[in-house]
Amino acid sequence: MCGIVGLFLKDASLEISLGNLLSEMLVTMTDRGPDSAGIAIYAQKESGRSKFTIQSDDSGHAFNDLHKELTKSLGCKVNVQVNNTHAVVTLDEGATNKFPEALKSINPQIRIMSLGSSLEIYKEVGLPKNVIQRFNISKMSGRHGIGHTRMATESAVTTMGAHPFNTGLDQCLVHNGSLSNHNSLRRRLRREGVHIETENDTEVGAAYLTWKMQNGASLDEALQSSLENLDGFFTFVVGTEDGFGVVRDPIACKPAVMAETDQYVAFGSEYRALVNLPEIERAQVWEPEPATVYFWKH
Amino acid sequence: MLKFDLQEMGLRKLNNALHDQKENTNQTIWEIINPKGSHAIAVGIDAPIEVNIKGSTGYYCGGMNKQAIINVKGSVGPGVAENMMSGKVVVEGDASQYAGATGHGGLLVIKGNASSRCGISMKGINIVVHGNIGHMSAFMAQSGNLVVCGDAGDALGDSLYEAKLFVRGSVKSLGADCEEKEMRPEHIELLKYLLSESECDAKPEEFSRYGSARTLYNFNIDNSDAY
Repeated sequence: MCGIVGLFLKDASLEISLGNLLSEMLVTMTDRGPDSAGIAIYAQKESGRSKFTIQSDDSGHAFNDLHKELTKSLGCKVNVQVNNTHAVVTLDEGATNKFPEALKSINPQIRIMSLGSSLEIYKEVGLPKNVIQRFNISKMSGRHGIGHTRMATESAVTTMGAHPFNTGLDQCLVHNGSLSNHNSLRRRLRREGVHIETENDTEVGAAYLTWKMQNGASLDEALQSSLENLDGFFTFVVGTEDGFGVVRDPIACKPAVMAETDQYVAFGSEYRALVNLPEIERAQVWEPEPATVYFWKH
Repeated sequence: MLKFDLQEMGLRKLNNALHDQKENTNQTIWEIINPKGSHAIAVGIDAPIEVNIKGSTGYYCGGMNKQAIINVKGSVGPGVAENMMSGKVVVEGDASQYAGATGHGGLLVIKGNASSRCGISMKGINIVVHGNIGHMSAFMAQSGNLVVCGDAGDALGDSLYEAKLFVRGSVKSLGADCEEKEMRPEHIELLKYLLSESECDAKPEEFSRYGSARTLYNFNIDNSDAY
């Protein structure tokens, strides 16, 4: 199984409640995946600054003085805002490319969860309600966000096996389903020089999209070609800086429900996830068609 | 009339109470409020009662129903009226995938659209959809009737047995061994009955009939090389 939720706000007055609404949606989906959970939030960005979310199992120690070491190494002002096992790092845009190497040389145990200018990804092993509490997601605001609760079928229950997966600058992917050709595709992508960390099928899906886009495809085109090159079951929700997209495989046995009002567009694996959204009774509710790419943009 | 607030009472209590109803019950009308997309509402009833659900439901609403009339004033999730034996389930809104799957009897009416695999492996149920249906509908359908007032998606009636399919609009594609058939007077009569039972004002003459070409029934010796 696995549960997915997504919320795209049209009404700016709801932005302050984004974390709270998404949290409630995700907790409702706990039955669909109780082993790990994650949220991608698209918050306000600072102009001229990049943003990375990083993670360490030993965050108390690893994030101590990290801002000083990064500032020294990158030669620009670096902020590190610690949030439990994660931290949000902001730095001058010019230093973006140097950051991964600099971080690796300071502490190779620290993992990068997301990179971009507005995206933050928080994910850990555990029940959605515990993961949400840990990072205080309910208090977060933003313009749109997606969440995932996992029932592992293809690989181990680990932080890095949890969703969302970062696919590029300010882009992420969550997945409900299972890919059956991920081993051969992983080998192919590794031959192309793509870094894939885990044995997880979704990470391969995410790496595939990243690779496509690095080779000139737009996200829309990359999703279209995923319909041809990925074998298996999938409902994907992708987050971008401007909004989110949805695509289901041609058989479409993994569930998906959308709701739209003047205030928002919402996605849920089940209608249950949407029932507490404002004025849901008046929303237009429908199922996305199979093998069709949908996008909502601000 | 008995009124049940699902959020307050919980699903087990509701379904236990519904299962306690027998042939001669006096509690013939039930109202369920606050379904909020919950799963397995009013599953496994075996009594001549009427259940009115005010709102949308999750998976398997009205599954395995016998005798009861179940009305949903909203939309339903996957597997509505799955394996229904008799009675009637009426959905005011849309239905998700595999509506009426494996149903043996009774009537399922969907006033909106139904998505993929509607009537998959149906075994005698009648299904009337006022709107459209999705892909792979009536896959391996064995008997019963599927009536679609709108359009049908890809691969309608793939590997069909003896169920009858009636579509008023377009069919995106037919599945393996499904073909268009002649509409005879008895089919018009059947449609007249099913449409009136389903409060649908479509005219029987506007429908086309699809059924099994029966080429998959027996092993074809020409295919022996494939094994």
